[in-house]
Amino acid sequence: MLFLPAVLLLAAGLVWAVTELPAFGHYSGVYGLTLEHVALGQRRATDIVSPVTFDYRGVDTLGEEFILFAAAVGCAILLRSQRDEEVTEAASERAAARAEEVRRPVRALAAVLVAPAVVLGAYIVAHGHLTPGGGFQGGVILASATVLVYAGGQAVAFRRVSPEPALELADGVGAAGFALVAIGGLMFGLAALHNFLPLGTQSQLLSAGMLPLLNLSVGIEVAGAVTLIISEFVDQTLLRSRRR
Amino acid sequence: MNLFPFLVAVWLAAVGLYGVVTSRHFVHLVISLSVMQASTYVLLLAVGYRTGAKAPVFADIPARSRIVDPVVQALTLTDVVVEATVSALLLALAVQAHKRFGTVDPDELGALRG
Repeated sequence: MLFLPAVLLLAAGLVWAVTELPAFGHYSGVYGLTLEHVALGQRRATDIVSPVTFDYRGVDTLGEEFILFAAAVGCAILLRSQRDEEVTEAASERAAARAEEVRRPVRALAAVLVAPAVVLGAYIVAHGHLTPGGGFQGGVILASATVLVYAGGQAVAFRRVSPEPALELADGVGAAGFALVAIGGLMFGLAALHNFLPLGTQSQLLSAGMLPLLNLSVGIEVAGAVTLIISEFVDQTLLRSRRR
Repeated sequence: MNLFPFLVAVWLAAVGLYGVVTSRHFVHLVISLSVMQASTYVLLLAVGYRTGAKAPVFADIPARSRIVDPVVQALTLTDVVVEATVSALLLALAVQAHKRFGTVDPDELGALRG
């Protein structure tokens, strides 16, 4: 029972630490305060989080994107190692049987929600530099559309709308796209991740330089990576429920 | 001084840690870890808040408005992505552990190794 005193000590330390923070509501970080005044003029993106993510802190996001890429590949490697053709066939039978188990209203609701989810995801990706959202958020919504197909009991259709080669391709193309845009600045004699496209008119869909392009590549990558991770877990579910 | 948002972060970190330490199931452990990581989102967003300031989106507010710090919000975005990837990898490892050792209890796994 060493745990209780330890956790009390930790909690006391944390509470002490937060009392030393700047008072809530009185943030005065120079970085944020500077961006408040210059970001809109410099980047013509109305959602300031977007230029911070992709421009001012672009290298950070480049690394983050490759973390996601590595995680998707890691999941595929970990989960795919013990799969063979015979078991996969059994799994697809199991998937067909599962379609019967899911209730009709659930199937109907899932089917109805797929198209709006795709549209919403595409909208969030495309408007990342204007309103809250962007490639990461929109990509996850796009991935949720394929999960809805699976939730509706259509495990076979899930595989059909998201074949693994396509997911791997999306994952790779998105990651490579970000990297290519990042080094694109070098071709114009600028620094990497330097904006090399016209800034355009503020609040227009095609504005803020290369932000829409970066959002698009991140959106493709996240949608591919998240769906790939989920589809690996779905495969495991189908394989293992058969064995039981 | 209003400490409430920071205390929420402390509370999330503490209950998350409690979950991780007392966990008897790998999935429970991964969920506890995400609860613990949620404390960092609350902490980051609380640090960047400025009284009376708007969200850092100028789509429908005047260009001269006071906004909350966009940098910590971008950091939170990074945080969320990292948390999601960590969870995915840990869950994949849990599946593998169950396959190899037939258990999802971290303690039993240690006994097998020892």
